[in-house]
Amino acid sequence: MTTDNGNHITSLHIRSVPVLDQDEALDFYTTHLGFEVRDDIDLGFMRWLTVGVPGQDTSILLELVGGPQHDESTAAQVRELVTKGALGGLFLVSSDVHATYEALRDAGVEITQEPVTQPYGTDFGIRDPFGNQIRINQFNNASGDEVKAGYEAAAEA
Amino acid sequence: MVAPLSAREDTNRRMLRARDEMDRRYADPLDVPTLAAIAHLSPSQFGRVFKDVYGETPHRYLQRRRVERAMTLLRQTDRPVTDVAWDVGFASLGTFSRTFSNIVGLSPTEFRAQHAPVAVPSCFIAAWTRPREGTAPLTTAVSEKRDEGEPH
Repeated sequence: MTTDNGNHITSLHIRSVPVLDQDEALDFYTTHLGFEVRDDIDLGFMRWLTVGVPGQDTSILLELVGGPQHDESTAAQVRELVTKGALGGLFLVSSDVHATYEALRDAGVEITQEPVTQPYGTDFGIRDPFGNQIRINQFNNASGDEVKAGYEAAAEA
Repeated sequence: MVAPLSAREDTNRRMLRARDEMDRRYADPLDVPTLAAIAHLSPSQFGRVFKDVYGETPHRYLQRRRVERAMTLLRQTDRPVTDVAWDVGFASLGTFSRTFSNIVGLSPTEFRAQHAPVAVPSCFIAAWTRPREGTAPLTTAVSEKRDEGEPH
């Protein structure tokens, strides 16, 4: 269900993730994360490559760093930031976070944090091949108040 | 179109793996050879290259990571300060208190008294409460048990 909040914006449609090799990115996001390919179009000036979680509308644009919107120096800076792990990341939801973790670990994906139980659920961290951070969470269906109560309970433990 | 990593970017990527290992195993004794092996560098190269990429020594990074985690435990729990010190990788309360105070500018007890629990995903807490490098330069060498096997 979408809601018109007065600005007429109804959803997040595409989110760009900087990648350094689109073939490698495509393999990682489809093979390991199970994303589906939404578009893979050679536009001549760029490869429009989007993927997404099956059944969900939001797409991820696997955008190659180094397009003409950036001069060489700026592109190098962006590549530097990506490989240093300094840019943002994605937050995904799993229906079985431990199974997801084990599958990714066994496949050799870089694990940055093992599953940790939080008041809001259980989550863990990985990196894509280029350094982008990805968190994967399984919510525990706690309400906002229950999450706050969970933190307070931890504080009183 | 394939854009292979430059030597610099490949170095960044390998150093990021080593830094992630410090983030992940902050409470364990970590030594330079272990981290250098992750980064595919010699132990003698590791500290210099890490500082070149991230602007601080591995030891300093690990200290900030441990103090950030201690800040979370102090804020979110009622665990005794001594237990917090041990939980995040320090071997003695004295070393922990000295390091914490030098980095944060408050003693652990003062910090706890001034900061209430927050309800934000832990990865954001970790990223945004990490004490910044340079705000309160640390001059005390940490060289005790669980805080001595780390990357000096």
